[in-house]
Amino acid sequence: MPFNRDQMAARLADDVPEGWCVNLGIGMPTMVANHVPPTREVIFQSENGVIGMGPAPKEGQEDPWLINAGKQLITLAKGASFVGHADSFAMIRGGHIDLCVLGGFEVAENGDLANWATSENDTAPAVGGAMDLAAGAKRLWVIMEHTTKDGRPKIVERCGYPLTGLACVNRVYTNLAVLDVVEGKGFVVRDLAPGVTLEEVQAKTGATLHTQ
Amino acid sequence: MINKIVQSVADALAGVKDGSTVLIGGFGSVGQPDVLIEGLIEQGAKDLTIVLNNAGSGRIGVAKLMDQGQVRKIVCSFPRSKDPVVFETLYREGKIELELVPQGTLAERIRAAGAGIPAFYTATAAGTLLARGKESREFDGKTYVMERALKADVALVEAWEADRWGNLVYRGSGGNFNPIMAMAAELTIAQAQHIRELGELHPHMIGTPGVYVNRVVQVDRGGDWLKPEQN
Repeated sequence: MPFNRDQMAARLADDVPEGWCVNLGIGMPTMVANHVPPTREVIFQSENGVIGMGPAPKEGQEDPWLINAGKQLITLAKGASFVGHADSFAMIRGGHIDLCVLGGFEVAENGDLANWATSENDTAPAVGGAMDLAAGAKRLWVIMEHTTKDGRPKIVERCGYPLTGLACVNRVYTNLAVLDVVEGKGFVVRDLAPGVTLEEVQAKTGATLHTQ
Repeated sequence: MINKIVQSVADALAGVKDGSTVLIGGFGSVGQPDVLIEGLIEQGAKDLTIVLNNAGSGRIGVAKLMDQGQVRKIVCSFPRSKDPVVFETLYREGKIELELVPQGTLAERIRAAGAGIPAFYTATAAGTLLARGKESREFDGKTYVMERALKADVALVEAWEADRWGNLVYRGSGGNFNPIMAMAAELTIAQAQHIRELGELHPHMIGTPGVYVNRVVQVDRGGDWLKPEQN
């Protein structure tokens, strides 16, 4: 059975150790926080200047002055702090974020990521903080479906869409597999979703998969 | 006596000229100076270049400013927010120019302007479409893109508290772009929920020293007013 979205987020969360400072992109990456147990201290950074996000607020406890990068209402964890945008991105660009998790349109075997535009003439392209995170985080893991809705591979030899960053992705979590991006080698299978075979994953992948 | 407090929104926005570059603080609606934006619509300055993270949503605030035809160009990182109907229509019809800037580069360009640094190098966007036409250079074997400082004529910012020197205290995640924008404009205008006596704001809590601020207008919605979520 391939992973569903929640299981993908949970699978990724399993690999986040205590002590890391983690930035989660908008969309599916945000779900990762729900699967890190509160007993494991992980610091969630949001690029709008919140360092130490807690869970979503309970009804009646919302503070409209407290949002994350996806503009959802949040709470603060004990030990949280605020900075402005310049300092928040200094933290990102300066290599102080242990892990960034982003969604993706395509990931290539050289670690290139495309996740912000689907053509050069996109109607109203939007990049947000993705390029800063791709360039600055110590590690970049991508969480995405293995293929597009119409079945085309999103894991490819070379990206066709405009790039977000070059040689920046270290690992990909999909509904079918967990793949490491290894320099000079390409995609190396780290794990498969339960009941999914290597042959099946390879058939849905646009690049060669290596085994460890 | 230094007193930067003005009595009305119209006074706060007096003299904003056509063709100005205007920095607008906030991330989504949090920390966004909504009353000053409405004031700018009333004031009527045209041919503006506006610089902010998001291109507005629905038909209020920044979206309304664009809808009124006051904006020639927008510099932002994420125009595709919730319900960006006005921006998308104008953009499709070629009636507004977009300069798309990665969010951290946008912040640093504004900070650099306020700090007197004309340009800097960043690894962000190296090798991508957003580095096209820009000088790039290698440092220690890695490619960086040169980005220019982004100076402005006017900055509109929102604070939670202010005093007559123009010292500003932010609330929650409402700081975001406001402190750097306040530094980077010739004329910085702040709206604040509360005006405090000089000396009442704790020096450690002041996010923007009043030196950067020219005018403060109180936007008192009474009590512990909190904004409805807009986008």
